Amino acid sequence: MAGELNERRIVATSKAQDLVFAVLGIIVLFFAMAMLATLVADLLIDGLSRIDMQFLTDFPSRRPSQAGILSAWVGTTLVMFVTALLAIPLGVGAGLYLEEYAPKNWLSDLIEINVSNLAGVPSIIYGLLALGFFVYGLGMGQTVLVGGMVLALLILPIVVVATREAVRAVPSGLRESAYGLGCNRWQVVWSYVLPSARPGILTGAIVGLSRAIGETAPIITIGALTFIAFLPPSPIQASPPFLNFDWLNSPFTVMPIQMFNWTSRPQAGFHENAAATGVLLLGMTLVMNGFAIFLRYHLRKGLRS
Amino acid sequence: MSELKRASTFLSDNSGDPTMTQASTSETPAAIRADVRDLKFWYGKFQALNGVSMPIHDRKVTAIIGPSGCGKSTLLRCFNRIHDLYPGVRYEGEINLAPEHINLVAKGIDPILVRLLVGMVFQKPNPFPKSIFENVAAGLYVRGIRNKSEVEGRVEEALRQAAIWNEVKDRLNKPAFELSGGQQQRLCIARALAPKPKLLLLDEPTSALDPIATAKIEELMDSLVKDVTILIVTHNLAQAARISKYTAFMHMGNLVEFGETEQLFTNPAVTQTQDYVTGRFG
Repeated sequence: MAGELNERRIVATSKAQDLVFAVLGIIVLFFAMAMLATLVADLLIDGLSRIDMQFLTDFPSRRPSQAGILSAWVGTTLVMFVTALLAIPLGVGAGLYLEEYAPKNWLSDLIEINVSNLAGVPSIIYGLLALGFFVYGLGMGQTVLVGGMVLALLILPIVVVATREAVRAVPSGLRESAYGLGCNRWQVVWSYVLPSARPGILTGAIVGLSRAIGETAPIITIGALTFIAFLPPSPIQASPPFLNFDWLNSPFTVMPIQMFNWTSRPQAGFHENAAATGVLLLGMTLVMNGFAIFLRYHLRKGLRS
Repeated sequence: MSELKRASTFLSDNSGDPTMTQASTSETPAAIRADVRDLKFWYGKFQALNGVSMPIHDRKVTAIIGPSGCGKSTLLRCFNRIHDLYPGVRYEGEINLAPEHINLVAKGIDPILVRLLVGMVFQKPNPFPKSIFENVAAGLYVRGIRNKSEVEGRVEEALRQAAIWNEVKDRLNKPAFELSGGQQQRLCIARALAPKPKLLLLDEPTSALDPIATAKIEELMDSLVKDVTILIVTHNLAQAARISKYTAFMHMGNLVEFGETEQLFTNPAVTQTQDYVTGRFG
């Protein structure tokens, strides 16, 4: 009888322990979510009313009510395009090489540690590197291309690490059976490893891009302008060859810089503008993450194992 | 025949009495598909195979049995050099594959060549995340066979050989993951058969399957062996007894006894084999 009672007591203790942890967890979660919600709500209250077509289609102005973010969101879009085009192929290629091709020795260990460390380097350091090397060293100027390059450098480690993790998660059985058929390394990587790793790689790439879209420090460091009243040349033109790459060499601004600039102005109207820009930036990030989730879901449907 | 006898001598520290049954000599001389000679294998510093020698008879099922960790899967995986995917492995000795007498484990032989010659089916059914058709055609594409009608013909032939054609012929373009576990494993067998391998390796192919699926695969092996040489690793002694013509019993990286299955199960020459097949150890 005593034994049975003792066991009941153990059950009661376990339940109490679970309850304590659950309550603790809810409190912590509440704090984190409340902070975030306050931040977003504050932005929305200040900025939401300011978002209209005029705001999206006008250039910055000295008068807050006439100012818009046309040059900023176009700049952000172009820079992100360059960043994605550079960071994803380079990062995925490097990750695949390190995971599938590189011999496992002290050198690859050293590279691995360094790549992981690079992910933690403050973004302004990348800005200084780009300023010294791209802007002055190579004389490339403060252009869309340089902006894209510095952000690509910044998120490269994120993409590399995500690729390696996604590749590592590919079941060894899939690899063995592909090799067992007589595939060479490239065939295994291209036809079997990469498709299975694609959801993970994409997630990593978009997490990286979401970080890049909000980066201000490296872009300011390379000297991007804060007041731009023109658009880069259009990438598409009516006459052959239809594609125009002059926009790569155009000066630019991006949304975080525009925001930063407006918050430092005394007029309350500019603060509203900054909040509105923040809302749009949050929206863009949200859309990108939503797209990542959609892609992951869509790609995983074919990969059930 | 002397070669046969030599290949079947014991490598354990038990008596060195040759146990190759006389029965095989009375039949028409069985051709040898592959001849393993003094094969040693290391994972890093750990020696997993201590000099294994045995023949693999052409168009017969040869089973490898033994307790967990005895090296039976390690031996099987030497035949298509899957070990080479992992660092720090080393082979010594020979696996001579007829008719060209290629030593599969020689340093100068590219593992890809070996895998083009020798097909393998793994323990867990592992179809590719592609359609049924593409799974079977994968090995053909790797070998540069792209002619549509030839690929289609050989896919059908392989699926028929693997006794799954009737179940999948109406849904060749459906994902392979829609099949049941047993069907997936037969699909993997078809995938391995499509390129017409010189030797088919099966690594415990039924251990993840239910008894009905297992029975289907055993039945299938019976019909396959008319055309293909099969080397199978199995945990299941009854399965080895049912399906194989020859059996190798391994223990601690040594080949303890090799012989005709019937002989090995009913009248083993080594006490250790007898203890294992009668369930006294292992």
